[in-house]
Formats: sequence, structure tokens, C-alpha cells
Amino acid sequence: MQFFIEVLVGGLLSGVMYALVALGFVLIYKASGVFNFAQGAMVFFAALTFVGFQEVLPGWLGLEADSSVVFWLAFLLAFIAMIVLGIATERIVLRPLVNQPHITLFMATIGLTYVVEGLAQMTWGANVRGLDLGIVDEPIAWLMDNYEIGVSKFDLFAAGVAASLVALLALLFQYTKVGRALRAVADDHQAALSIGIPLQTIWRVVWAVAGFVALVAGMIWGARNGVQFALTFTALKALPVLILGGFTSVPGAIVGGLIIGASEKLAEVYVGPFVGGGIEGWFPYMLALAFLLVRPEGLFGEKHIDRV
Amino acid sequence: MKLKKTVLLGAVIAGLLGSSMASANEEQFIGLPSYRVGPYAAGGSGLFGGWIDYMQLVNERDGGVNGVKLTWEECETEYNNARGVECYERMKKKGSTGNSVFQPVSTGITYSVLEKVAQDKIPMVTIGYGRTDAADGRVFPWVFPLITTYWSQASAIVNFMGQKEGGMDKLKGKKIGLLYHDSAYGKESHAIMDKLAAKHGFEVIKIAVAHPGNEQQSQWLQIRQAKPDYVVLWGWGVMNPTAIKAAAKTGFPREKLIGVWWSGAEEDTIPAGPAAKGFVAAGFNVAGANYPVVADIKKHVYGKNKGNMEDKTRVGSVYYNRGVVHGIITVEAIRKAQEKYGKGKALTGEQMRWGFENLNLDDARLKALGATGFMPALKITCADHEGPGKVKFQQWDGSQWKVITDWVDSDRPLVRGMIEESAAAYAKEKGIKPRDCSKES
Repeated sequence: MQFFIEVLVGGLLSGVMYALVALGFVLIYKASGVFNFAQGAMVFFAALTFVGFQEVLPGWLGLEADSSVVFWLAFLLAFIAMIVLGIATERIVLRPLVNQPHITLFMATIGLTYVVEGLAQMTWGANVRGLDLGIVDEPIAWLMDNYEIGVSKFDLFAAGVAASLVALLALLFQYTKVGRALRAVADDHQAALSIGIPLQTIWRVVWAVAGFVALVAGMIWGARNGVQFALTFTALKALPVLILGGFTSVPGAIVGGLIIGASEKLAEVYVGPFVGGGIEGWFPYMLALAFLLVRPEGLFGEKHIDRV
Repeated sequence: MKLKKTVLLGAVIAGLLGSSMASANEEQFIGLPSYRVGPYAAGGSGLFGGWIDYMQLVNERDGGVNGVKLTWEECETEYNNARGVECYERMKKKGSTGNSVFQPVSTGITYSVLEKVAQDKIPMVTIGYGRTDAADGRVFPWVFPLITTYWSQASAIVNFMGQKEGGMDKLKGKKIGLLYHDSAYGKESHAIMDKLAAKHGFEVIKIAVAHPGNEQQSQWLQIRQAKPDYVVLWGWGVMNPTAIKAAAKTGFPREKLIGVWWSGAEEDTIPAGPAAKGFVAAGFNVAGANYPVVADIKKHVYGKNKGNMEDKTRVGSVYYNRGVVHGIITVEAIRKAQEKYGKGKALTGEQMRWGFENLNLDDARLKALGATGFMPALKITCADHEGPGKVKFQQWDGSQWKVITDWVDSDRPLVRGMIEESAAAYAKEKGIKPRDCSKES
């Protein structure tokens, strides 16, 4: 039973990590109806920019590499870089494609993926970097000593960050003017435009916020596995989460992440040995596919009704 | 008359100049299917940087190989099979004699061009990757999985564990976890580990990690439950630091986590941070910038600002030195082939094949190259396209790799038996008549 609990808790906490990436997708989809294929590349770009600035700032400013000034300045500069990237995306990619079919916008984001991946490596190089956030990735001693259950401090920290982000985004969407405008744009671009909501500004804001989410997700994943190209693969983990939770729901991303995380770990441990193992990669997609058959809009997604 | 003499003299001078120019212009082209962008760029930039730097060293310090300058061109594959084949096709006609050797640095690309290289008469060198049974040169005359193969490596790892335990008989009853990348590369370890387990009486617990391997919680929980004595990490890319960190998280001692050579570079340990301290990995080359060959590169190449590495601190890293090994082997094969086909001449692929097949880098030659201890001595024959099958083990001390063993042998009779068996099956399937090596010169 202890082992089962450990697998379950570990899976839930991993799911929160997936949800962190999924949040970025949800934000952009909500505001523009675009499935942003480049979200994984943005995670990579953001994390690489952060560690890149961490490397160069001490030399530029004559500070110690591990000083908190360097950390926060690198964070700020990386966030600014994400805002610039968001604005450039809106100006160069999205604006010329307003009112084009969604598939066109989707294809544009595929192209954007390669541009962002290349830009990141061209700017900062291809070296793999470590990233230390000062939180050790080791089990909580009390749980281990008393119940022999290993729950990582780092995973708990990541869960806390995800929960804070969700709360922040929920407040932004529900209680601010920008949030209301975002929801209006998400409902109907043309109707929003007709009542004077500036579409371009809203898109720029939402891409900047998605950039912030990508930066946080990139830092957490980067601290866990190193800042390297593989961060782009985190998007693959977010896709089934989105299908389950719904593309338009922030809480859905979290709940979807929890379900995917827990089920893939349980499946790997209890089903994997009977089918040769390594099922974690495709099991979430199978689950998402099965879910699509029953509830295509996801758990919290908006039902799409066409009047004919 | 005077005019005639002048014209004649001019013709002679022009002829002499022309011939000396021809000799000076003699160039050997090497096509490099590199990967400097994409998922595996970190390793690729180090490996190809080291390789190019070594060839630059030979040009700068020695004026080429017996006067033949080395030229090269990179073709970006992004470690993608289709692009690798495209690069192969694009480069095969380049240079005065065509691309004289193809080294794909990817198992996938190796398989994709396996039959093409024989048709095009271009030797394919696969150092530390590719098709293991291609070590049987009778069946695969155009393929050279030099130095060591995956099967030799697995066997050497088990021998290393035997050494640590105080004898191979002490492995009886032990449990060895095999955490492998769930791909053809990762599964290459299964057959040999099963054979070794049967021979030495240990149990192999095989645990797959789905690509890319950035989540391994469930695998390490299974490892914790199974309590193996050692875990072999047969990983690639992000799977490696993730495994090392997960090992730390589950309390598995890093000294008993033994990586293969694609798991044992700085790119695998640095992202894992302090968790990597104590981690051990096999390697057919070692890390370090104190070897004379690397010192020469620093002096003759970087001293003239002609180095390939943007980040000079990576000179002497595992991947960089692996690139230098690729350079040494390529250059020495050219040198060997020139002994037969003419010093100072550019070689065709067919002539280079002879050079590889008669390569003999003994201790004296390695010393002359400044590579004693840097890579194992190597003797290739018509039948044996692998060579020594040895590896050294290095341990990460928290900031750098430290060599902890001498060259560790594999179980040669067992591995060679498997290679010949597998190659014979391939020959039968493809209708290939193995060469009679007694008739080769």
C-alpha cells in the first residue's frame, strides 16, 4: 500500500509539472483560438535565456555568479525577452493572419517553433546547462522515516508554484479589465473588436503572459533535468493534459495534469511489466483518445454548439 | 633561336611550377555529417569540434598527411536519418576523389546507408555506435565499428563490476538493473546482458524508459523496490541527467550507477548538479586536456586562433576528446593507405577502406601521436573490424571526470561468437558470401 501511495503521489506531483506547461497553451488558445505549437520551444527559449543571462551578468556587472541580484536580474531580462518575443510574434506572425482559418494560424505556430528553437541555440549556444534554484530534489525525511514514502521537496515546491500561478491567472481573468477583455476576445474576435477592444493589444498581453508561464515552467523543468533542447519535449507531455482538461480552462489544465500524471505512473508500474515497460510515453495519449470519444471538449472545456 | 630558348625555358619552368602546384594542391576531402543544432547539438558541437581541430592540427603542424592537406565540409543532419542520407548523397562526389570516408555518428543513419556504402565503395566508420555485428569484416567489408561495440562495452561493464566485487564468481546471485532507452539503441544491450547473466549467474532486471526520458519516477520506484546491486544506465540525451537525479532522489548510490559511453559526458553530469558526484561511466576515450595531443591542438590550432570550439573550456571534455579520436583514426587510415597507394596522393574510398582494414595503432604509435592512455591501442584486420573492445571507467568527482581504471577487457570469445553468429544470419538473409580473409592482401 505504501508503494501504491508513493507512486500515486509522485504521479500527481509530476502531473503538476505537466500542467505548468499546459497553462501556456490554454492562455493563448483562450485568447486567440490558436493552438500554439511553439509553446515547448518557448519554454526552452525562456529557460535558456534565463541561464544565459545568469552566465553573462556577473561578468558585465562584476557581481558574484550566485548572488540574488544576478538571479532576479536574469529573471527580469528573460521575462523582457519573452515579452519582446510575444510582441514580435503578434506583429510578424499573427497580425497578417487575422481572420484566417485556425489551421493557418496553427501551421504558422509550427514554423514559429523552428524559428524559436534556432534563435535560442543561435543566441546562447547549444551547451547543456545546469540550473540551481536552491531547492534540493530529495525526499522529505519525516515522511521517509515514519512511513517509508518518498515525496520530493522539489516536486512539492513545483506544485506550490503551479498552484500560485493558477490562482494568479484566475484573478487576472476574473477580476481585471484586461481579463474581461481577454474573455471577450476568446468568445468572439469580431464582436470584441466591434465594442472597441483592441485585439492586437490583447494578443500582445496574452503572449507576454504565456511567455511568463513558459519562463516559470522552463526554470522548474530546467532545474530538474538541465536546461537543454529536451525542454521542448515537455510540450508532448502537455498535449494529453489539454485534451483531458479542455483547451480553454485554466483549472482544467491542473486537473488534467493530475489525472495524466497519476495514471501514467500507475500504468507504468502496474501494467508496464506485462507489456515490456516504457509505456509512459504513449499511455497518456491512449487515455486522452478514450476521453475524446466520451467528452470531446474535455473536462472543463466549453461545449461547441453550431446552429444550423 | 633566342626566342625558342626562352619559350623552352619558360615551358620547363611552367611545367615544374605546375607539377609542384599539383603536389601542393593535393587534398583529401572528408565529409562531416554533423549535428550542431537540434536535440543533440550539445554532444555534436563537442565531438565535431574536436574532430575538426585535430585535422586542423595535422594541417598546421605537419602540413597535412605527407603533404596532402585535409579539407572538410560539414553537412547538418540534426541527428535526423533523412537528412543524414541527404548529406551522404550530397558529399559523396565532393573533393578530387569523392568523399573517402563516411562517419555518420548516428546509429539510425548508419542503418540507412549500410547498403549504399558498399555500392558506392565508401568505407563507413562507426566508432562506438551502429551495427555491432558489422565487426565481422568478412560479411561487412565496408563497415568499421572501430575500437569497441555495444556488446563489448556491456561485457566490459560486467567485468568491471566483477573487479569491484573481487572476482567474476562474486557476481553470482547479484541483481543488475538495466535502465535502457526504449529504442533499438537501448535494446542492443539485451542479448549480451542475458548471455552474461547466464554465464555468471546474476539476474538482469530490464527497465525501459520511454523517449525522451525526462520523467523516470516510476522506473526508479521500481528500482528501489527491486534493490539491485548495480544499475547500468544505457541512456541518451536528457535521459541521463534525469536518471542520475532520480537515483539520488531514491537514495541509490551513484557509485553503483554505471553509465555507458553515451551517458558519461559532462553534458550528462553538469545538469544533474551535485547528484552526479560518484557516478561512474565507461568510455573508449577519456576526458582531460593534459594529453600531449590535446596540448598540441591548443598550441598549434588555438594558438593561431583557428580553433573550432566557441567555448574553449570544452577542449578536453569527453565529447571533444571523442572527436579527437575520430580525427586520429581518420588521419592514421589515410597515412596507412598512402603507404600502399602512394605518399602525397589523395585517396579514393576504396583505397581508404584498405587503410582502415590494415590500421595498426600500437602503443608506440599512440605515444608518437601523444595519445597514450587517451584511447586504446588498435589493430584491425580483414575479419575483425572492431579491434580492442576495451573501455576505461571514469568517475565524476563533482566537477570533472577522473579515470579510475586501466583499459578493461570485454569477454572477447563470448562477444566475438555472438558477432559471428549474428553476421552469418545477416549474410544468409541477404545472400552475401563472406570474404575469405586468407586471400586478402
